[in-house]
Amino acid sequence: MMMNRNLLSAADLSRDQAVEILDIAEGMADVNDREIKKLPTLRGKTVVNLFFEDSTRTRISFELAAKRLSADVINFSAKGSSVSKGESLKDTAQTLEAMGADAVVIRHGASGAANVLAHSGWINGAIVNAGDGTHEHPTQALLDAFTMRKRLHGKASAGRSLDGVKVAIVGDILHSRVARSNLLLLNTLGAEVHFVAPPTLLPANASNMKATLHYSLDEVLENETPEVVMMLRVQAERMNASYFPSEREYARIWGFNADRLAKLKPGAMVMHPGPMNRGLEIDAISADSPQSTVLGQVANGVSVRMAVLFSVLSGERANHVN
Amino acid sequence: MSTSFVLKNLSIGDGPVTDIEVTGDLITAIGENLSAAEQIDCAGLVALPGLVDLHTHLREPGFEQSETVLTGTQAAALGGFTAVHAMANTSPVADTAGVVEQVAALGREAGYVDVFPIGAVTVGLEGKQLAELGAMANSKAKVRVFSDDGKCVHDPVLMRRALEYVKAFGGVVAQHAQEPRLTEGAQMHEGAVSAELGLAGWPAVAEESIIARDVLLAEHVGSRVHICHLSTAGSVEIVRWAKARGIQVTAEVTPHHLLLTDELVRSYDAVYKVNPPLRTATDVHALRAALIDGTIDIIATDHAPHPIEAKDCEWNAAAFGMLGLETAASIAQLVLVDSGLSNWSRLAQVLSENPARIGQDPNQGEAIAVGQVANLTLIDPTAKRTIVAESASKSINSPYVGLELPGRVMHTIYRGYFTVRDGNLAKAGRP
Repeated sequence: MMMNRNLLSAADLSRDQAVEILDIAEGMADVNDREIKKLPTLRGKTVVNLFFEDSTRTRISFELAAKRLSADVINFSAKGSSVSKGESLKDTAQTLEAMGADAVVIRHGASGAANVLAHSGWINGAIVNAGDGTHEHPTQALLDAFTMRKRLHGKASAGRSLDGVKVAIVGDILHSRVARSNLLLLNTLGAEVHFVAPPTLLPANASNMKATLHYSLDEVLENETPEVVMMLRVQAERMNASYFPSEREYARIWGFNADRLAKLKPGAMVMHPGPMNRGLEIDAISADSPQSTVLGQVANGVSVRMAVLFSVLSGERANHVN
Repeated sequence: MSTSFVLKNLSIGDGPVTDIEVTGDLITAIGENLSAAEQIDCAGLVALPGLVDLHTHLREPGFEQSETVLTGTQAAALGGFTAVHAMANTSPVADTAGVVEQVAALGREAGYVDVFPIGAVTVGLEGKQLAELGAMANSKAKVRVFSDDGKCVHDPVLMRRALEYVKAFGGVVAQHAQEPRLTEGAQMHEGAVSAELGLAGWPAVAEESIIARDVLLAEHVGSRVHICHLSTAGSVEIVRWAKARGIQVTAEVTPHHLLLTDELVRSYDAVYKVNPPLRTATDVHALRAALIDGTIDIIATDHAPHPIEAKDCEWNAAAFGMLGLETAASIAQLVLVDSGLSNWSRLAQVLSENPARIGQDPNQGEAIAVGQVANLTLIDPTAKRTIVAESASKSINSPYVGLELPGRVMHTIYRGYFTVRDGNLAKAGRP
């Protein structure tokens, strides 16, 4: 199947393409279990990790993924670079183009930065969005979907979608790129999405979002009995901006804890994209429970990013479509 | 003895075919079968009083990389304008008699349109202390319109004082209605699209709450207030209510808010980044209806040139604003005439007569008649043109590039002088 040259949004993927990436990631996961964790697939390709925002976790996950496929990896930390400081996204992109980057993995604080990079004509390499502002984080959605599929279907995962799976995503929906990408990919894969948040952290107009909105986590756990509960990180900057009165109140009403863990049906899982604020959106008992997928998500992240880099870089490099 | 010329076989607004004779800087005859040594065939053209823009950013002094008084007024002439009001957010800010006189002098020197400087309401547009409104009003620039445009006069006491104070010299405060706390970091209209795009939302209520406050303040102190660039259906309702109540309020809409919607932001192309933001199709519909029924008094361009680097970047880093002078008449024609919902007379009101009246511009916006100063715009309504990036403006941030728009300004006559003839800009302004 023809894959896109870029991965900017989870919406870029058709159902078949998404399932195919997850299936490729299954194969990559097998490589990661071998003694020699390396494939020659992307030998001679250069992958640039262009990070305008600090994110050690995402960066090393992409770095490891590229290295396991034998690509050359350059980490370009451009934190602080901005128009005001004299180096624009355009200058950086043109510099990377001049150096011959085959793929650019971009993390940027501005929503749409990956789109701008992909459609500006500044750069010909493949663009992978590793998080743009409060917009999207498509590889996170893929690794989350991979994790769900693995938990639910084990070794029989290959080829499967997430039809009928109920997923509750809890927390700062308004500012979460994880929630946006998950919503799109989960819809594509046939899952049913429930957003749970204080009203202040839901979009004022969510009419284009195919999700059911809830204010009460307890009601969702009792009435919807989801297979998946995904807790989102509460960013520090929300705490002083009157989105909710106090951390204690937030944890009590929207945090995941042992009492809520006990309400989960058998086989259900608790997810978190990390890093966790233990004691705020998730307590230690839940985070370290058998139902928690937190560490599995990290491991799966490498496999999924290998699959994504493989998909955008292998084969049709001469084919400048999309 | 001044030389005469005759414009042959045009229609004045929606009227029948006729001729106009211009001698020196005056209209000296109107009627059929006029003749003079110089006759210009205007068959099929519509004559309007010279267009007047109440809201132009000429960027000089201070931002000459984006636009100058010369290039901005050349773009204005090509768009059919014979007068523009230059917004105060220059560097230095137009908050003293010296700066407004300088801008007016640059306008006279260029000679393409009348340039009426707008004075800042507060010192440095900082919203803290009234600028010397009286000094600007009494200066050679004779400022009558005051605005902190780009920023809202959000302090209610300061707004009240400004509304009261300008009564002393018949001025008007033009408010940029934007509640600052509700729009901190705002990037685009807050709605279904901003939720998807993850761009910080700019709620309609941030505009509407200020308009509601200011019409009530204007009523309380018996002043008139002008609302810049209305952009929401809710703002229209408030202005409609205020007018029905007898409050002296006038309202403006930009061409882009009459045509474009927030759906365009999906491209993350910063050419669509503007303040106030592009709204929804529902808002566009309400603005068009209000323009036709008289709730909105004028179209003003909010022509806002920016250098390439201010737009060729990620959305959050980009500047707000878009060009508008050379496309305004076409969009007005589309919305008022070609839609079949209104006519050329209304277009002349909203793009010439009403803005000149609000700005108290001498010899502008007068009905075309013998004895009036010859400020005229002649439009070929049947022409179609595909908008290109290159224009008389120094900047290229037009959101209409690639779009086909109706109508073309064939001639612009500024005080009897062709600043634009056969669609071409005069090499020099009026001596």
